[in-house]
Amino acid sequence: MAKHQIQVTVNGATHQAEVESRLLLVHLIRETLRLTGTHIGCDTSHCGACTVLLDDQPVKSCTVLAVQADGSQIRTVEGLEQGGKLHPIQEGFTEKHGLQCGYCTPGMLMTSTALLERNKNPSELEIRTAISGNLCRCTGYVNIVKAVQYAAEKMR
Amino acid sequence: MIPAAFDYHRPGSLDEAVGLLARHGDQAKVLSGGMSLLPLLKLRLASVAHLVDIGHIPGLDYIKEEGGMLKIGGATRQVALERSEIVRSRYPILLDTVLLIADPLVRNRGTVAGNVANGDPANDHPATMIALGATLVARGRKGERTIPVNQFYQGIFSTALAPDEILTEIRIPTPPARSGGAYFKVKRKVGDYAAAAAAVQITLGKGGEFERAGIALTNAGPTPLEATEAQRYLVGKMPEPAVIAEAARIAAAKGSPSADLRGSVEYKREVSRVLVARALRKAVERAGGH
Repeated sequence: MAKHQIQVTVNGATHQAEVESRLLLVHLIRETLRLTGTHIGCDTSHCGACTVLLDDQPVKSCTVLAVQADGSQIRTVEGLEQGGKLHPIQEGFTEKHGLQCGYCTPGMLMTSTALLERNKNPSELEIRTAISGNLCRCTGYVNIVKAVQYAAEKMR
Repeated sequence: MIPAAFDYHRPGSLDEAVGLLARHGDQAKVLSGGMSLLPLLKLRLASVAHLVDIGHIPGLDYIKEEGGMLKIGGATRQVALERSEIVRSRYPILLDTVLLIADPLVRNRGTVAGNVANGDPANDHPATMIALGATLVARGRKGERTIPVNQFYQGIFSTALAPDEILTEIRIPTPPARSGGAYFKVKRKVGDYAAAAAAVQITLGKGGEFERAGIALTNAGPTPLEATEAQRYLVGKMPEPAVIAEAARIAAAKGSPSADLRGSVEYKREVSRVLVARALRKAVERAGGH
């Protein structure tokens, strides 16, 4: 089976990789690039733990082929912090107790980041709709919503 | 989970894509958003030797009104439909439908035409396209042809598309004045397929009577189901409660859903009936008929 030479920019750094057709984007990120902040949860495109931003859109990276991401800009949870300073969304999750076990958190952070980049003042319903493809197994949604609201205020 | 090995192809043009499909026959599948196909491959419920990715072919991503039709390009993502001003202002049934599909992250990748061409009776756009009287444009080795969507579905995962054909465009006739539509779906949670769902698109005549009615059901049998008898029953009648109730009864009786974790056959048929009635009332309201 043919291999493919691809180039992706992840959190601002350009990477070249030779990938098998069937390699999933989440495996490229976690295993080839060793960015293990992105989690694998259900592995069936339901839970959203693997959410990354692909050209600024949140997508489930367990259901994208690495080769499909060739030429794309990717952002993962590792890219949120800048110069030792937490992103407002990370600060929000800290301040508002937006996580319990933390498994869904990288996905929640990336989906919320994309929401706030598109909508500076989302309503509670818009936040809940935006994260409806990200499951929190601790059911901590109330505080996740508060965390996003905190970040929205901070970013305005 | 890792899919079985396959070769990935990224054609730069439709001709090249059709050539690849023709060469590999039933060993090849079209990859677009991949939101249905990739999970199938990962779960190894399907395997394929060649994936032909149409996601990089220029000119397949658009939503436009032209020549009395709304045209949706073959690689247009669900999210584009959801954010389209044309759709939001003039095609409420499409907005209803797209917002009930999967979840926002899946809609960022999945395509409208992929949902239509997949052939799974649980997909939502097929019923809506049937209610709207859409036509599908397919491109293959022999050129281009059009297929009325209500002649497209032949069985579970079986459609009128030949192995070398790609669905390149969906054409929806622009509804005349005093038209309205709606899509209602009952599902257990975000991301679930329908326990039952109903698409309705109607046009009212000068006297306020039903002039045209398109009704179709999701997940009510091996293919999306056009409720032809209920459609015929409505034409010429006034949108009164008893008429709507009878049309909903006729439409739901045609369904042959299967029992599963989403409910029994009786439950699903009853939900279908309720949803057809709700969609009819909403469609009439949107058509300005109250």
